[in-house]
Amino acid sequence: MSLTLLNVIFAVVVAIAFAALNAAYLVWAERRGAGRIQRRPGPNINGPFGLFQPPLDGLKLMAKQLTIPGGADKILFVAAPVLSMFPAIMSFVTIPFSEMIVAHNMNVGLLMIFAFASSGSMALLFAGWSSRNKYAMMSAVRSVSQAVAYEIPMLITAITIVLMTGTMDLMEIVRQQGPSILHWNIFPLLTNSHNLLMPFSFLIFFTCTLAETNRAPFDLGEAESELVAGFHIEYGSMGFGLFFMAEYANIVIGSCLTTILFLGGWHPPLPFLGFIPGVVWFLLKIYILIATFIWIRWTFPRTTIYGLLNLSWKILIPISLFNLLLTAGLLKVF
Amino acid sequence: MSKPIELRPDETFVVNVGPQHPATHGVLRVKMRMDGEYIVEAETVIGYIHRMHEKMGELKTYPQFLMNLSRMDYLGAMGYCHGHVLCVEKAAGIEVPERAEYIRVIMVELNRIASHLFWFGAFVMDLGGFSPLMYALQDREYILDMMESVTGSRLTYCYFRFGGLYNDIDDEFIAAARRFIPRMRKSMAKYEKLVTGNVIFRKRLEGNAFLSKEVCRKYGASSAVARGSGINFDVRKNEPYSVYPEFNFDIPVFHECDSLARYNVRMAEIEQSLRIVEQALDKLPDGPIMPAKAPKIIKPNAGDYYQAVETARGSFGVRLVSDGGKTPYRLKLRSPTYSNMHLFDETCTGMMIMDALAFMGSLDLVIPEIDR
Amino acid sequence: MIAETTKKALQALFPEPAAAVEEIPASPETEEADKAPKKEAGPRPNGVIERDYAVHGYHLDAQVAVDQLIDAVNIVDQNEFFIETITGVDWIKEGEFEVIYDFSRYDFEVCRVVIRTRVPRDNPQVPTITGIYAGANWHERETHDFFGIKFEGHPHLIPLLLPEDADFHPLRKDFKP
Repeated sequence: MSLTLLNVIFAVVVAIAFAALNAAYLVWAERRGAGRIQRRPGPNINGPFGLFQPPLDGLKLMAKQLTIPGGADKILFVAAPVLSMFPAIMSFVTIPFSEMIVAHNMNVGLLMIFAFASSGSMALLFAGWSSRNKYAMMSAVRSVSQAVAYEIPMLITAITIVLMTGTMDLMEIVRQQGPSILHWNIFPLLTNSHNLLMPFSFLIFFTCTLAETNRAPFDLGEAESELVAGFHIEYGSMGFGLFFMAEYANIVIGSCLTTILFLGGWHPPLPFLGFIPGVVWFLLKIYILIATFIWIRWTFPRTTIYGLLNLSWKILIPISLFNLLLTAGLLKVF
Repeated sequence: MSKPIELRPDETFVVNVGPQHPATHGVLRVKMRMDGEYIVEAETVIGYIHRMHEKMGELKTYPQFLMNLSRMDYLGAMGYCHGHVLCVEKAAGIEVPERAEYIRVIMVELNRIASHLFWFGAFVMDLGGFSPLMYALQDREYILDMMESVTGSRLTYCYFRFGGLYNDIDDEFIAAARRFIPRMRKSMAKYEKLVTGNVIFRKRLEGNAFLSKEVCRKYGASSAVARGSGINFDVRKNEPYSVYPEFNFDIPVFHECDSLARYNVRMAEIEQSLRIVEQALDKLPDGPIMPAKAPKIIKPNAGDYYQAVETARGSFGVRLVSDGGKTPYRLKLRSPTYSNMHLFDETCTGMMIMDALAFMGSLDLVIPEIDR
Repeated sequence: MIAETTKKALQALFPEPAAAVEEIPASPETEEADKAPKKEAGPRPNGVIERDYAVHGYHLDAQVAVDQLIDAVNIVDQNEFFIETITGVDWIKEGEFEVIYDFSRYDFEVCRVVIRTRVPRDNPQVPTITGIYAGANWHERETHDFFGIKFEGHPHLIPLLLPEDADFHPLRKDFKP
């Protein structure tokens, strides 16, 4: 009993550490990546390659005063950043980084991640509502409608995977995708459904991840040039820092989930590469996805809110529904 | 028990876009009455950096006022200086050597390219794409370096004199300009691929903010705002001044009347400016850059003079009312963006805020020039 | 071409003094101006003058009475001119403000029309043309800011460029900062 409790605490601490470290160094990676894309150096003063920049930034943010705007709803205002960070960290608990490395595997891991993911938009709503700022309010409303619109195709796509694998256990989903790249759910030639449309499903899922994490080109919640900074316009100090970290933690979660569902988790692309530990493959895959996130952000302009909703309701949802039906049919046939 | 929801007509709120807002590129303020994300009505409030250049024009002598012009539009300063010196030269009857006019045109056109490049970057940034700004600034930097070597300043030039120029261009400048032209063409192809062809970019701008010809006429719009609405109006062609008739160039006109058309016009204008610079460099005559007997004290004849020029932002006009003295009796500066910005209030009604701000970006605003 | 039709239309506004205006030909007057400040023997009569474009930068110069202004602007509007700008000049010696309206055309028939009207300095009131040209709104507000000229019927005549509580008019010649 006490061992399990210790286990859980240890898991949460590791998850927080992993999330915080990732968030901090993804900011660095993002800024360096942006610099590379925009032909400028990016942060390069503090430490080798500017590697001390993130901890120093964190120190600066922590040293700042937390101001609460007059007339704001204090409790919600303070709670919102914590609430935004919380689901991101909790989701880490059930993510299998390899066959061995998983804090706590459960047979409804996928469901748990989605449950936490949808509570994330609540934090944005609280932040926007409680700051007593019109821009923040507009951004909160945008974020919620965006989250609602993009959770549907995301879930439908996930259900397709669940249909194919017959389980919601993330470990099990990964296990079924071995041993080679042809068994991954993105190219399911050798799996039981033989559905050739799965690459589209992967694209839909990836797009939804972009939208769910409020990343460009779907960063309508933030929209610097329209709503200034969106829901965190009134946040300074570590309140802002937490939102920032939550954004990157969510990116990591999104990439992990995409990797698990479509890219074969810890499996190497070819069987003879199995001598490299699974966790290396897993991290490699998620960082490639994250690099794609960064690349997209600095390349594309922002969409509009109606363009975004149209994309979800008129294109992504019908396609993912069709794919779901097709998969179900194919499973019956083969 | 169910009662219909009462729609209260006053369920709107006012959003103050500006004076400090990333999309206004300066201290411009738009009071927007919003119904959710839709703009019910908008009122533009300007004058935050009003500096009363026109009064300064009355208090200073003509040469003293020269440097004020470039403080109006800091991105396309050469065009404004050109309009002013042309007007005073016309009023005072000063002859300008041909070489000086050619160099003026080269400078104005290079400055136009620089201004359009900055607009391009800032406009795409308004739409949420960051990287094109950096690319555009790199190309612009090349122009600024070139101009700095001749004019001595990078932004607020005071290069034109009544009758000519302050400094002659050298071979180094000509070589740099010749190197710049193919380089810029290459960059344009890149922008075309990176931005113009981007599906999100096109979707956002197609059909955004329809401006009819009639609206343009009633507000006196010029530059790409008019040309994007199918109006073939460019002062360089309509009322040729300086040595523009010597050059072979086109006025890009697009008929879609939307923000994409305005974007396309400016991007096409860069190519036309390159053509002008190319031809001017080829035809550049030798000779002095100041007239032999340039008057020390500028005293234009009494009367009322008007000179319009095409700057990067549109038709800039100088009205000079002179009483024959050392200072103007009245100096009116007609700034193009003032008229272009005025369109905004009427047009953005009923639009969503993100579309309205995209439209605002397509107007190419430089606030000091609106406020003067 | 368009200059001719516009001139004819504008001249129709001045039935009687039309002959008087014709007496002042355009070109000699401008050449004389090279020598000495032009003496027109008192204030210029209302009427249309064709100016030398190369010298002045505009083609038609119409001085109208305040009550003819709307008609004149209507004529210009019907001929599809666009509004360039509106401004004022403070002729303090004559005790008058001059309000100047600039119009031009979008097509290649270059024709710049200047319409001016004079109002007494102590009670400067001009009818607004915002009903005809919506774009005159800001120009009139600016002229009101700088000169204190009241545009009757203007929908929103509050300071535009000056601070909202400004009660001074900086471009008046007797303005002391």
